[in-house]
Amino acid sequence: MSTPAQSLTAATAPRLHTERTRWQRNWLRRQPLTFQAAVSVLRSPLGLGGFAVVLLFVGLALFAPLVAPYSPYEQHQEDLLQAPSAHFLLGTDELGRDLLTRVLYGARVSMVVGVLATAIGATVGVATGLLSGYLGGWVDSVIMRFYDALLAFPGIIIGIGVISVLGPSSLNVAYALALGGMPFFARLMRSSVLSEREREYVFAARAVGARDGRIMVRHVLPNTLPPLLVQLSLAMGFAVLAEASLSFLGLGTQPPDPSWGSMLNDSRAYLREAPFYGLWPGLALTILLVALNFLSDALRDALDPRRMR
Amino acid sequence: MATFLIRRFAEAIPVVLLATLVIFLGMRLIPGDPALVLAGQDASPETLAAIRSANGLDQPLPVQYVIWLNNAIHADFGVSFFTRAPVAQLIAQRAPATLELGLAAMVLTVLLSVPTGVVAAVRDHRPLDWLISSFNGLAVAVPSFWLGILAILLFSLLLGWLPPGGRGDPLRDPGLELKFLLLPAFTLALPGVAAVSRLVKSSMLEVLRDDYVRTARAKGVAEQGVVLGHALRNALVPVVTLLGLQFGRLLGGAFVTESVFSWPGLGRLIRDAISTRDYAVVQATLLLLVVTFIVINLLTDVLYGFLDPRIRLAGGRSR
Repeated sequence: MSTPAQSLTAATAPRLHTERTRWQRNWLRRQPLTFQAAVSVLRSPLGLGGFAVVLLFVGLALFAPLVAPYSPYEQHQEDLLQAPSAHFLLGTDELGRDLLTRVLYGARVSMVVGVLATAIGATVGVATGLLSGYLGGWVDSVIMRFYDALLAFPGIIIGIGVISVLGPSSLNVAYALALGGMPFFARLMRSSVLSEREREYVFAARAVGARDGRIMVRHVLPNTLPPLLVQLSLAMGFAVLAEASLSFLGLGTQPPDPSWGSMLNDSRAYLREAPFYGLWPGLALTILLVALNFLSDALRDALDPRRMR
Repeated sequence: MATFLIRRFAEAIPVVLLATLVIFLGMRLIPGDPALVLAGQDASPETLAAIRSANGLDQPLPVQYVIWLNNAIHADFGVSFFTRAPVAQLIAQRAPATLELGLAAMVLTVLLSVPTGVVAAVRDHRPLDWLISSFNGLAVAVPSFWLGILAILLFSLLLGWLPPGGRGDPLRDPGLELKFLLLPAFTLALPGVAAVSRLVKSSMLEVLRDDYVRTARAKGVAEQGVVLGHALRNALVPVVTLLGLQFGRLLGGAFVTESVFSWPGLGRLIRDAISTRDYAVVQATLLLLVVTFIVINLLTDVLYGFLDPRIRLAGGRSR
């Protein structure tokens, strides 16, 4: 894991640092694990970078109408498939719509679908995983067999299956991806709960008369949150990519709404005339995905028990 | 080993059945009467009733499910609502292309990921490792359809080296087919290459610290022999699982890649079927993909138990 150079700094670090940092470290150790992880993520360069970029995309998505120079649907009939210029910073598409504007609004679709899919998937997955792990028995069997069957489908195929039933739209993509994400949350939750429910604090809570529901929500759940953070950031990355993939196939966000995936699909017909067209939505998508990856890597490192304490 | 195999097969059967049930019920949830779709809008009630009884649509749902499952086992997936061609025939036309692309990508994944992972582990924290690791960090996140578009832009339109899309005939002209195959297979493989390469690296690093590696070094085995002969064999055990998962991912990813490179495979088939609401085709293709995915998972588990005796001896639980 660590090179001689790293272990050297680790060994000399306490001597170089002042009492105050040691106090700070002790203060940090008394904080909840989730908070410790957040601090550790923001202290690592990749984690901080990833977090900053994700925050930037959230900001752009929220304030797209204020930042974007035009309306995403406004067609400039004189300027079709323009290269980047002072008027259109990233150029225009085949209907003369400003690409910068559409990329900015595309961030909205990505973020809304990503957050919605992750939130629904995590909520249902965590709740069912908690029930499954805590109650055990036939409840556990039924829930986990259902998720086993779900895991038999690759994510994108769940997406295609659900879309073929519900019809193509951004919202349906979010539901489909939520369904695909549930088993991962449920499995993770179940395995944490299985080890947590044998801990003394659960017996203590039961001894003072707490009911199952209260023990699950107030005692077990908070102690299983840290590993879920990693899964949350992974699921968000997957959802953003899957939304773009499905929209690219024409099964997600429908025209004229701007989505990075559908923009990329439209750009393929004009590779020769407007090579820039497909560059921007792909670049935006890639930057967001790399940032989410950095964030989840940093979170995983921060929560790795081998590196903690 | 025999009990391990039997147990794993027995475990897979309910999963397959549940998956078929999900597909069957999912397709029945779609608004619209299949008989009406088959007969056309202005069919008489008698024709509709005839079609219903001919296709078993007047039976209760559980009976319909059993009929459908029984037909599927006999490779009878009905006829396409749209082209009236047997669905099995449509799939048989498209499946080889998807399989070819998937296998090519799989071969590329193994060929590229294992050596880079080993090199990154042996040269840990040196420039070559940084190069490989940063490349992997990027490649694992780049969406393959964008990469495909960039590759077409560079290699087809700008340099003119490779065709921008389409598929040749692998039997008649393998050389030309290789040209068609190169860009899509590489695009499809790249995210998997990065993921597997990372795992090979971390797995190698773990194994290289083990006692038997130290023993091998102590008795004077050359470094190359230690790395390739002793360490790599054991480091590959967890990699097999990921490779199995990657194959499923490749099948899913192939849909998108096929669309980028106009590759005439199952992805195009299902995409067209969804847009024309041709549910017989959608249903059959999904079923085929899911069963393939489950079988691959099963084979991966079996291979895993074969590679690591601890797993089959410890009750056959690999997860």
